[in-house]
Amino acid sequence: MAQFLFLLFAIFTVLCAVGVVVNKNAVNASICLILCLVGVAGLFVQLDAYLLAFVLLLVYAGAVAALFLFIVMLLDVQGKESFGLRGFRTIAGFVAFALLLAGIGSVALKGQIVSSPPVSVAEGAQLKLYAYQLFTTYLLPVQIIGFLLLISMLGVIVLSKKHEIAEDAK
Amino acid sequence: MMTASLNAYVIVSAVLFAIGFFGVLVRRNTLIVFMSLELMLIASTLALVAFSRVNGTMDGNVFVFFILTVAAAEVAVGLAIIVALFRRRHTVQIDQLDTLKN
Repeated sequence: MAQFLFLLFAIFTVLCAVGVVVNKNAVNASICLILCLVGVAGLFVQLDAYLLAFVLLLVYAGAVAALFLFIVMLLDVQGKESFGLRGFRTIAGFVAFALLLAGIGSVALKGQIVSSPPVSVAEGAQLKLYAYQLFTTYLLPVQIIGFLLLISMLGVIVLSKKHEIAEDAK
Repeated sequence: MMTASLNAYVIVSAVLFAIGFFGVLVRRNTLIVFMSLELMLIASTLALVAFSRVNGTMDGNVFVFFILTVAAAEVAVGLAIIVALFRRRHTVQIDQLDTLKN
């Protein structure tokens, strides 16, 4: 049963990821991104990372993808974008994709990542443990992340202001 | 509950990464390139969680926490840049944004 669930979510996730890349319409692509994130959250649940699955849905599917949708509709550039398959970039894209797939295939067929049987209990996913780790071992990174969020907020405000001087110079 | 092997999770993560990489190289719409970047980030996140689960440690999960935070900040700044670019150049197609070329 769990194997079936894994397959279901994995295939769903990969299909939605393909949808993100292939879709001509940016709105459809961002909807596919949301679905792909839901699939990844399902995979997280099967890895016993319940909190991460929840945070992923909340932050990514809730905030980030909604922001994407908002910007896509604000810019209104949908429709006239071409998915042209020509030029060196496309060749480079296919070559890179094939190389990555070959690497994956070699890992899947020959290589064997030593997977000792996973630790029995879902010890790695309890909220208390997260809190303990965040406030002891990773206290400094948490502070730095806080500053990073502040800086990015200020940066966004500065970036989205209108610069009259620059407009005049142009 | 984890029954699928670590190999399977790593393969799914690598496939996601490859798809995202392909999208970054092939697409011309800046917004979709950005979405593909997010896809690559998510793929690495999945690998981290799988390894951390197999090893029975918390470190990978906490790392994913930080990655999610940084990704949120990155998306906000990146989209602001795209909006500023659109205001200035009235396009978001990559092949029209070649002012630095000559």
